[in-house]
Amino acid sequence: MSQYVLRRLLIAIPSLLGISIVLFVVLALAPGDPFSELATNPNVPPEVQAALRAKFGLDDPIHLRYLHWLNAMLHGDWGFSFVSRMNVDTLILQRLPATLYVIGSAQILALLIAIPVGVYAATKPYSLFDQIANTLAFVGFSLPTFFTGILFILIFSVTLDWLPFVYTTDIKATGIHWVLEMIRQAIMPVAVLGLFQAASMTRFVRSAMLDVIRLDYVTTARAKGLGQAKVIVKHVMRNAMIPVVTLIALQMPAVFGGAIVTEQIFRIPGIGSLLISSILSNDTPVVMAVTFVFACLVVLFNLIADVLYGWLDPRISLR
Amino acid sequence: MAPLLEIKGLKTHFSTDDGILQAVDGVDITINRGETLCVVGESGCGKTVTAMSILKLIAMPPGRIAAGQIIFEGRDLVPLTSNQLDEIRAKEIGFIFQEPMTSLNPVLTIGEQIAESLRRHEAVTRKQALDRTIEMLKLVQIPNAEGRVHNYPHQFSGGMRQRVMIAMALACKPKLIIADEPTTALDVTIQAQILDLLQDMKERFGMAVMLITHAMGVVAETAQRVVVMYAGKVVEEALVDDLFGNPGHPYTQGLIRSIPRIDLDSEHKTRLEAIGGSVPILINPPVGCRFAPRCKFAMNVCTEKEPLLREIAPGHRMACHLGDPNLGAAS
Repeated sequence: MSQYVLRRLLIAIPSLLGISIVLFVVLALAPGDPFSELATNPNVPPEVQAALRAKFGLDDPIHLRYLHWLNAMLHGDWGFSFVSRMNVDTLILQRLPATLYVIGSAQILALLIAIPVGVYAATKPYSLFDQIANTLAFVGFSLPTFFTGILFILIFSVTLDWLPFVYTTDIKATGIHWVLEMIRQAIMPVAVLGLFQAASMTRFVRSAMLDVIRLDYVTTARAKGLGQAKVIVKHVMRNAMIPVVTLIALQMPAVFGGAIVTEQIFRIPGIGSLLISSILSNDTPVVMAVTFVFACLVVLFNLIADVLYGWLDPRISLR
Repeated sequence: MAPLLEIKGLKTHFSTDDGILQAVDGVDITINRGETLCVVGESGCGKTVTAMSILKLIAMPPGRIAAGQIIFEGRDLVPLTSNQLDEIRAKEIGFIFQEPMTSLNPVLTIGEQIAESLRRHEAVTRKQALDRTIEMLKLVQIPNAEGRVHNYPHQFSGGMRQRVMIAMALACKPKLIIADEPTTALDVTIQAQILDLLQDMKERFGMAVMLITHAMGVVAETAQRVVVMYAGKVVEEALVDDLFGNPGHPYTQGLIRSIPRIDLDSEHKTRLEAIGGSVPILINPPVGCRFAPRCKFAMNVCTEKEPLLREIAPGHRMACHLGDPNLGAAS
């Protein structure tokens, strides 16, 4: 088992190197220059510009720049944001809590809705409950978050004036009021994202349950007189959750990566909005770092999904 | 003494897109204490549905017990809810299924799957349940039971899994074991071992066995009494010797003639006889005798009037117009 994990981690090194090369080359080919602002600024003399370009190695050939970046990365230097004028790692750490809080809560909300609803719907297929759940799920994932987000803002902020529609990190309150305000401002983004996720996950849970519920060993369990609840939880859910857990593990990078659209709508200062604003302002070091971290998370959670799969299903042995 | 189980006029129907499928249509079966009863018939004749109806293990909906009584030790099981039946499942009536490969939960150890039945029905601790489980595994001749109890189903062969299924069904020492084609999925040498084991367990615990099969060879070896089913109905019922010695119903005769004979020398060997045609679809079944379209002896009355079960010898009943004295000139 630990050997398997170690081997997978070693295999991850070349693939991460490959990913970083692709990212680096694509960003280098992209139009735009982080120093374009300096170039048009009459207050900066041309020789200072040239010195700065030389200092940052902007005119070096691409392979040298890549090796330079890689070397710095290996030494824990993530680079410097030209726009924010601070270190990239500090910048990411600044943005991460908001993303983790909002997107993480949305995922938890999605699970809290999807698992009970999906399981219950599957135990009574084509019942009224199942039909309603299915219809709502269908509506739920047909509506994009930018639509529901704006709809929520219109209803709950503009018309009813119950909730703030701009997320802020510096709440002017302390103690319990700060906590309440944090919850209040997260309600809409969490609901928009969570319900969207819950819709597709409910359908996934339901179909995973239905696949298992008609299998022979479920009849065996019923024939033991275990009772409906125990049959469903111990024999059906235990098996149906194997693909569901894997799916959730594979979705985890998104929790760190942020939801770009939702973060934009509610002005949440998270990773997703950092990525968008960095791309728009040609802040290459930030774009490179964020996308690379994202790639690492995808690789890591793929491994976690595989390990979980092996742990949940005794038929799979990891060697 | 009152019979252990008495099925009276059982009708189990399934709703389908094309109409009501009458899978079991008025079946009467009686099982006495300690007896082995074989239920035979070809695929789709309602054997399994009859057995599954006893403990309401059919999918409901679309399945439904439309009529009839299932009296187990003087108590009708049909009106009971699933919760009430849970007290009888495994504790009083144990079930062995056809497919040992798919009837065990792949993510739980076999020990857990046997022990959960014990813990449900008897006041035992985890340790006691484990000990009893190991004892059961030894009884069904699983080598190294102490070690194997913690294994998962995929670590066993088909025959070994069927032994596990038997251990599971016997764990609570039920009064009746329903074995639904327990050997069909196994190869021939293993089949004989499993049947022997079943017979052995039956004698040891003194329980009754309802063995569902389509193999006449299995019937001849194990049964005391036989019920022959065709298209959702019982067509003949007799003690095993009577049935093989003097089969009354043309369908039973056909089944017996379809057994390969190895005791005949080559001159007397003939081509195996098959029954022509196939089982009718049980949505709007034909009027009269359901076997008539395939029967060589079919008469006019057969497609007009349904034959009822009548006694042709003591303990030997069949549902056929052939030789019916009440039919008079028609026959």
